[in-house]
Amino acid sequence: MKCRACGGKAVVNMRQHKLALCKEHYLEWVPEQVARFIKKYRMFGPDEKILVAVSGGKDSLSLWDILIRLGYNADGLYLGLGINEGPDGGADSGYSAESRRMVEQFALGRGLKLHVVDIQQEYGHSIPALSLMTHRGQNRPCSVCGVTKRHEMNRMARELGYDVLATGHNLDDEAAVLFGNTLSWQKDFLLRQGPMLPGHDGLARKVKPLCRFYEKEMAAYALLRGIDYIYEECPYSVGSTSIYYKELLNQLESERPGAKLAFYLKYLEARVSGLFIQPEEQPQALHTCPVCGQPTQYEGKCSFCRMLEKANSET
Amino acid sequence: MTVKLILRGKEYEVRAGMTLLDALKKINVLSEAVLAVREGEMILDDEILKDGETIRLVAVISGGAQ
Repeated sequence: MKCRACGGKAVVNMRQHKLALCKEHYLEWVPEQVARFIKKYRMFGPDEKILVAVSGGKDSLSLWDILIRLGYNADGLYLGLGINEGPDGGADSGYSAESRRMVEQFALGRGLKLHVVDIQQEYGHSIPALSLMTHRGQNRPCSVCGVTKRHEMNRMARELGYDVLATGHNLDDEAAVLFGNTLSWQKDFLLRQGPMLPGHDGLARKVKPLCRFYEKEMAAYALLRGIDYIYEECPYSVGSTSIYYKELLNQLESERPGAKLAFYLKYLEARVSGLFIQPEEQPQALHTCPVCGQPTQYEGKCSFCRMLEKANSET
Repeated sequence: MTVKLILRGKEYEVRAGMTLLDALKKINVLSEAVLAVREGEMILDDEILKDGETIRLVAVISGGAQ
């Protein structure tokens, strides 16, 4: 197969775009597209300060790389979750230790600014310990992890004065979440999903500049750019619903190229046209958590502080 | 006349002369879920696999908390 740009040997074939590209042209094409999506979805301007949430995986490190290549002022935020480490944390092996090593190596090699928050050091418990103590998540710490990450990413973005928080969610991530929310018609979640969530009432603006790239395309970008990322999967994600949905969507994609992209883009169009909300409906006002001061949907403590309180009462 | 495919440390053997896509079908792996690397170079689904070579398959799907 030949590169559409130069006729050389193609290394990436995107059937949904009917586009095959060689290494050189693919590595030019990806940042061009990211720049286009940043503009299209009004994610941020050239002078804004961006905090990129980096996990050590292919998507977040590629996103950081692309934003720097595009000339943005982007720093990194790594959250140490304490996964596959000893009960006291701080071990130098295991999933979290390896992912942290990848992120630090990436930042150091490029002279980039990286903020690190170790959840165990900050709050006294690792994510798996928090999950055990609060009995949340049916033997899987993913829900505790999600609550903690959202809380900490928002806290750091606000405290450090960043204009926007960027995450490396790709199209497969977005389509899998959308698929799950559609199966159960979760109107509240269907209202909120999108490439750009505006900041308000203490919530930082959140953006997903990779939301239109397939997962395979981001892996190809990382590989072709020589970005060292953690290949191993989070041990708790094995058998997760999100991976199951991705596999189902990939089966569909295999038979119908472009199905995943169309599912997501048609959803965005439907949302804009008011399918899930009456245009005059106003979003619900947020409350302030009396403990951490962060915004919360309901009156009283936020879910992160309630979770922490429960964990501390167990010790 | 075989080709070795390696995915997450597990080895598979297929006949040489088939395309990468056919080889992936043979081992029940969707092309959408992996990148195929031959001697450090990425290859596409229509590539014919040659006798004696080893193809590294890089899993691309990740998941967990959103």
